[in-house]
Amino acid sequence: MTMTTSSTSTKSDRISGTRLGYRFNIVGIVGLTVILSWALVAVFAPLILPYPVGEIVDLDYFGPMSRDFWFGSDYLGRDMLSRILMGARYTVGISLAAVTIACFSGVVLGMVAAVAGGWLDTILSRFLDALNSIPSKLFGLVVVAAVGSSIPVLILTLSVIYIPGAYRFARALAVNINAMDFITVARIRGESTLYLIRSEILPNIVGPVLADLGIRFVFIVLLLSGLSFLGLGVQPPYADWGALVRENIGGLPFGAPAVIFPSLAIASLTISVNLLIDNLPQKIRDRA
Amino acid sequence: MANLVEIRDLKVEATTDSGRRVEIIKGISLDVADGEIVALIGESGSGKTTIALSLMGYARPGCRISGGSVSVAGKDMVALREKERSRIRGTEVAYVPQSAAAAFNPAATIMDQVIEITRIHQLMSPDEARAKAVDLFRALSLPEPETIGARYPHQVSGGQLQRLSAAMALIGDPKLVIFDEPTTALDVTTQIEVLRAFKSVMKKGGIAGVYVSHDLAVVAQIADRIVVLKGGEMQETGTTEEILNDAKHPYTRELLDAFEPKPRGAAGPAEPTPAPLLKVDALVAGYGPRQADGLPLVRAVRQVSLKLEKGRNLGIIGESGCGKSTLARAIAGILPAVAGDIVFEGRELGRSARERSREQLREMQIVFQYADTALNPAKSIEDILDRPLSFYHGMDRKARSARIDELLDMVRLPRNLRHRRPSELSGGQKQRVNFARALAAEPKLILCDEITSALDTVVAAAIIDLLKELQRELGLSYMFISHDLSTVQAICDEVVVMYAGEKVEQLASADLASGAKHPYSKLLFASVPKLDTGWLDGLDQQPELVRALSKAG
Repeated sequence: MTMTTSSTSTKSDRISGTRLGYRFNIVGIVGLTVILSWALVAVFAPLILPYPVGEIVDLDYFGPMSRDFWFGSDYLGRDMLSRILMGARYTVGISLAAVTIACFSGVVLGMVAAVAGGWLDTILSRFLDALNSIPSKLFGLVVVAAVGSSIPVLILTLSVIYIPGAYRFARALAVNINAMDFITVARIRGESTLYLIRSEILPNIVGPVLADLGIRFVFIVLLLSGLSFLGLGVQPPYADWGALVRENIGGLPFGAPAVIFPSLAIASLTISVNLLIDNLPQKIRDRA
Repeated sequence: MANLVEIRDLKVEATTDSGRRVEIIKGISLDVADGEIVALIGESGSGKTTIALSLMGYARPGCRISGGSVSVAGKDMVALREKERSRIRGTEVAYVPQSAAAAFNPAATIMDQVIEITRIHQLMSPDEARAKAVDLFRALSLPEPETIGARYPHQVSGGQLQRLSAAMALIGDPKLVIFDEPTTALDVTTQIEVLRAFKSVMKKGGIAGVYVSHDLAVVAQIADRIVVLKGGEMQETGTTEEILNDAKHPYTRELLDAFEPKPRGAAGPAEPTPAPLLKVDALVAGYGPRQADGLPLVRAVRQVSLKLEKGRNLGIIGESGCGKSTLARAIAGILPAVAGDIVFEGRELGRSARERSREQLREMQIVFQYADTALNPAKSIEDILDRPLSFYHGMDRKARSARIDELLDMVRLPRNLRHRRPSELSGGQKQRVNFARALAAEPKLILCDEITSALDTVVAAAIIDLLKELQRELGLSYMFISHDLSTVQAICDEVVVMYAGEKVEQLASADLASGAKHPYSKLLFASVPKLDTGWLDGLDQQPELVRALSKAG
């Protein structure tokens, strides 16, 4: 009798857990809201632009905030709000693509290295350590300067820079899981490496890997903005947030909103991602 | 004020992860007189350690003493302020933890740590303290009492460290010492020396003790009175003699019964099959880099040969570090053997699991000691049992689901458990799932590596019964590895005694005690505590033999 009651109670817990979703605290909700709104902006930017992106609409340059131009105007008199909304596409899109590639390859390689061990592990680890030893900004600058800047090149460069970190992180987690008896059991059942990493290891490290993905996203946003600020990122007439800061840096002595708002946009995105992963629901954090 | 310790209606609350408050000690009252040793006995989760800690006015994080009083030498530990409590700890009440290895700081010498209490409470000068410590070392029959204090914790053995932590507790001349399972982590031969040392020091000093343990036989040697606990409630209390010989409460009787499982009925003569199920010949396995002679640096298993007939059970017994688990791993192919043959059903097996066919892997399954790590915490029981079915037998979804129900029935688990995760099961239930996964492969041989060692006695006895029953139904053979003689005796036909990587002797389980010839097996069998208060005092062992044979000594 005790058995039945306890089992029904756990069952109802689980159902309510999946139905109501995860429990966030307030800081986590704020972070998530900011991230989601930037994501929506990135997707629907063309629909909500007050002015066309490339068009000079203000007679003044570095115009102040006004009714017509909420975020002021830039060094050519283009509407800043439209530029930032459109810039979200580049900043969020490129970073997201890069972080996805980086984490996917890093985590897969890390798990394979942990499970396979031996020479494969040694070679992979040393190679990626070597890659890791190159300063990220320098690497980015050299590659983009050599190959030329285009969006695919940017995405690939950024992801290559962040693969070693994701690899190290996933490998460290997977090595611990790999030492557990249930892996031994699966191994002597005759399971393949693919099964081991997909079904036995991945479910146990997915929580920390998600948190790591968030941090890495922030790094990539900052590096991308840095590259764009140096003129090697997204090329004119298009501009991501880093490029917007660079274009309008001349407005800094005048306290022009054109230079402040893109900076605020970068800060709001990175800070809220950090807030979100620091306040991930207990359920996700406890996965490992 | 009659007694040294008077606990009255003690209640302790714990807060669970979900924020619920649970009462884990439900109104316990007990007394300890001056110089008396009282044992708290019960399975894990019965609250025995919680009660012992409350004697120091301490509740573990998340716990709170919510009611009642704990009076030690006339002071109520619950009502005192933290500062006053810490003045009492170490001088009036002292604590000997379960794992001395974890209780010592590896970076400081033993002497510094043993006399730390006198420094904190400013009881005496360091020189006096050191002299006193040496006296205690001598009283606890530690080797080289003059110089052992200069060593670091890793330079002494586990048994010695446990006695040193008793010295640490005794140096402040406490009136009451709390022993929290101090010998549970030790081998039986080592346990005897530690118990003896504890007993003589306590008797000589007239110190009262609270001895927490799950092992009735150990407690019988040292305690004057026994308190049986279950689920935070007192089940029975009485003198040791009363509890052992005339237990009233059904739970106490269950504990006593579990201590001596029914021996396995003599199996009929083995079928005269030409080839045994498993034959291991001169197996060598070990760890570390290979040496010039082609053998590994540490040879954990040396030249072990054994044979297991179909439908029979073979026990492997020995102390920690004797190579018994390595032997199982080598046979299963987890750790490839360096030399020797493994013949299973007349066919030679590859040394590494990778070289064996799927069918060969299926027929030999291994079950590990810790069900916690042997079950993937991210998967449901259903998924865990499902995999071997689809992997080995290629069953379709419907057949698998039906088979999972059957498997759960076989191991006596309710079917609705299948949707739960391992963390939602008890230790015994997890071990049953662990076993069901091995059964799912429909093996011929199951290697059981200490599968009952992490379980409470009553639960372990139930698992052993289950194993026997399944053997009758399914015609399985077991290779049963354990350090616990009575479990091995309960299930095995033949027992192999291992010592330092070598097979010392092979005996029929019926005449283990009488038939042992090798001095090590004799010592091992004689060291298993018996449910008899006079056993320890009546035990006659030559200390030289013990020291020579027990590496941990």
